[in-house]
Amino acid sequence: MILSVENVSLSFGGVKALQEVSFDVEQHEVRAIIGPNGAGKSSLLNVLNGVYHPQSGRITFKEKTFEDMDPRQAASMGIARTFQNIALFKGMSVLDNIMTGRNLKMGCNFLQQALWLGPARREELAHRHAVEEIIDFLEIEHIRRTPVGRLPYGLQKRVELGRALAAEPELLLLDEPMAGMNLEEKQDMCRFILDVNDHYGTTLVLIEHDMGVVMDISSRVVVLDYGRKIADGVPAEIRRNQKVIDAYLGVAH
Amino acid sequence: MLYREAGQFKSSYAEDQQIFPIRQDRVAMALLLLFAFVVVPLVGDQYWLSAIITPFLILSLAALGLNILTGYAGQLSLGTAAFMAVGAFMAYNAELRIPGMPIVGAFVVGGVCAAMVGLVFGLPSVRIKGFYLAVATLACQFFVLWAINRIGWFSNYSTSGVITAQKIEILGYDVVTPAGKYLLTLAIVAVMALAAKNLMRSETGRAFMAVRDMDVAASVIGIPMMRTKLLAFAISSFYCGVAGALYAFCYLGTVEPEAFTLDLSFRVLFMVIIGGVGSILGSFLGAAFITLFPIFLNRGSEWISDAFSIEIQSATVSNLELIIFGGLIIFFLIVEPNGLARLWQITKEKLRLWPFPH
Amino acid sequence: MDVAFFVEVLAGGLLAGVMYSLVALGFVLIYKASGVFNFAQGAMVFFAALTFVSLLERGWNFWLALGVTLAAMVALGMATERVVLRPLVNQPPITLFMATIGLTFVLEGLSQLAWGSQPHGLELGVPDVPMEWLSQGWNINISQFDLFAAFVAGLLVAVLAVFFQKTRIGRALRAVADDHQAALAVGIPLQHIWTIVWGVAGFVALVAGMMWGVRNGVQYSLTFVALKALPVLLIGGFESIPGAILGGVIIGATEKLAEVYLGPMVGGGIESWFAYVVALLFLLARPEGMFGEKHIDRV
Repeated sequence: MILSVENVSLSFGGVKALQEVSFDVEQHEVRAIIGPNGAGKSSLLNVLNGVYHPQSGRITFKEKTFEDMDPRQAASMGIARTFQNIALFKGMSVLDNIMTGRNLKMGCNFLQQALWLGPARREELAHRHAVEEIIDFLEIEHIRRTPVGRLPYGLQKRVELGRALAAEPELLLLDEPMAGMNLEEKQDMCRFILDVNDHYGTTLVLIEHDMGVVMDISSRVVVLDYGRKIADGVPAEIRRNQKVIDAYLGVAH
Repeated sequence: MLYREAGQFKSSYAEDQQIFPIRQDRVAMALLLLFAFVVVPLVGDQYWLSAIITPFLILSLAALGLNILTGYAGQLSLGTAAFMAVGAFMAYNAELRIPGMPIVGAFVVGGVCAAMVGLVFGLPSVRIKGFYLAVATLACQFFVLWAINRIGWFSNYSTSGVITAQKIEILGYDVVTPAGKYLLTLAIVAVMALAAKNLMRSETGRAFMAVRDMDVAASVIGIPMMRTKLLAFAISSFYCGVAGALYAFCYLGTVEPEAFTLDLSFRVLFMVIIGGVGSILGSFLGAAFITLFPIFLNRGSEWISDAFSIEIQSATVSNLELIIFGGLIIFFLIVEPNGLARLWQITKEKLRLWPFPH
Repeated sequence: MDVAFFVEVLAGGLLAGVMYSLVALGFVLIYKASGVFNFAQGAMVFFAALTFVSLLERGWNFWLALGVTLAAMVALGMATERVVLRPLVNQPPITLFMATIGLTFVLEGLSQLAWGSQPHGLELGVPDVPMEWLSQGWNINISQFDLFAAFVAGLLVAVLAVFFQKTRIGRALRAVADDHQAALAVGIPLQHIWTIVWGVAGFVALVAGMMWGVRNGVQYSLTFVALKALPVLLIGGFESIPGAILGGVIIGATEKLAEVYLGPMVGGGIESWFAYVVALLFLLARPEGMFGEKHIDRV
């Protein structure tokens, strides 16, 4: 079990975003988090990587327990993520954006970099090599020098995935990776996600609205509604679970 | 036709990452450097060297410093002149009080002191952003100037607060001629520009730009916010400090604190805006523009007043200068917010196709 | 400690602060309605004061000169909106800020080109002398003019506050400041709104210019008064009209007190930077200013 969330509660002022949510994630699996809008899914992801600090509860990652996490700490421990509204650096090229994902692995200080020759140059080229592998994997070679701000939405999402992969994470959190994509783009993205899981062995936690995708690619599913967990199990069970159906259809409760 | 990349294939990442990947660019740069280092000092007119070209180089360095902070790292600063002042006065003091200090060493001391001041006044940037930060840098500007004025030690207790920069001596040679000072300035600026370019295309540069574009995302992927911002302030102030030292030693000669007022900070900011935010080349283009512009205006008004026999007062000319200046800033911001550097880039792209339309 | 002297210094500082607030008010108005940090406010104060005073010196009637200057400020506002703001409407705020820096230069040059660069004195009928009953009775010197300026500022603030909160136009202005696109979508005429705002800001600039003109004379250095308004804005927040007054008096008072009591210990001249350092320290405690809104970054 690589990640365990115990009784996490999060509120903003009077709004309770999460109430005593608990679940776990096994290594190498693809865990989906689903639920109607406003259920607290993004907030949960934000708690997992330290952007939000829960009022109570604990998170255990790789056998270390935290009551709350700092984003940099999460990043250095091997958690990477993508965002619902793309959080790329619009002024930089695709290549540079993905290279920023390697920052935790770079050791040279600024003086060495100013000199360029020697360790800084070697390090930069080595990381360039690693990043090019990812660019290859995601099939974005043709746009590597394009400023990210100019790319269409679907490609930006792919670049963001690339940046997350560049950190060689053990746990990858994906916030609606297929939002706003057409069928073809979704198929491509599914393929990439499954390849990441297969090829790199990364554990994946993803938030997704497309039920077809969730049923097809996830190993287990957590369902949230109004900040509470209402179901947890394999896709086949979830699709038959009455509480889940009620939540989505909006039955009064 | 001339500017073709055809046949220039990159077969290694090292080749791809060069500063000038296109061969024609490398040749042009080499020729430019040759011209600058060899031809200009031999044929250059004394006046042009000492009053125009050397200050242009010095201000380019300051603009480079400001560009690193404001253009690359997105931290708006109005305190550039204060950092230059620190560099100038500390270089003077280093040369004065440390026996046997080589002049370049004094410049480095000036730069390092400026960097330390930059660190202190950059601390607020960890909590404050945008315009608020700009106003905080004003605190730096006014405070530093007051301190240099009031604390006698800086000007070696001279009654007027004015210092006279010492004679420059390098390896036994006296650098007193305009050509000599020009060459020293050129050498220092060239080396520092190269260092800046290397920095900006490495992880440091990327971290700066990440903080500029979206700092929350930057910290989520592991970029250390405080360290990055403070590094930006430190490096930028170092550059401005060295520029200030050069300003004192290779240009002004006699320096008073009033040479480093808010006005100068604005001038350098304009160089960065007009030249191109986030561009090394832009710093030079902007500095060239702002250094040469008043001269053109003056010559232009002289020509007009000769040609049409009307008298144009110098007050009118300087007011016109203000108006046109401000107007140009607005013009650039509307038409090409990325400044002259972007215009140059567009020109190069057109050149690659020339003489074909597309 | 001499209490009378302390009161005098404090009162002087508070009233000086009110003068700063007058300038800060113009900033707040424009920021509130168009989201633009108008660095050119100082230049506008200068332009307004210079135009007014020059007309007076040419023998114009006071009210006529006032009216014409006001019209000129409105025209200036409209021109600024059309030439500078409209083309830049979708740019990030920093670009707009830098455009207003350019505007500052244009206005400075224009003012001097039109009216010359000599300083002018200005009289408004209220003499800059201490109030007699205070100075005779209690040995406290507080200028009549300072009190008059404070009164004018207070009146202006009250009127503006009512305007923004209670009127339809005020609401529209707040909507525009919040989100241009949304305001357009509900049918608010953006152009008209901006013209109104810059016109009102111009009027405020004129009042500020008149007050400062009496105090310091109408000359080039008036533009730099605007710089002093910046710490005021940092403390009071960029969007709050009462904040501008509060920030102003805080800055004015602390600055004066520091100059008089701390100044002699470090050689004087603290006034050039003290206000900024105060604002800086304040910001470190409250990064969004006293009345500003906390910014929650949604990722």
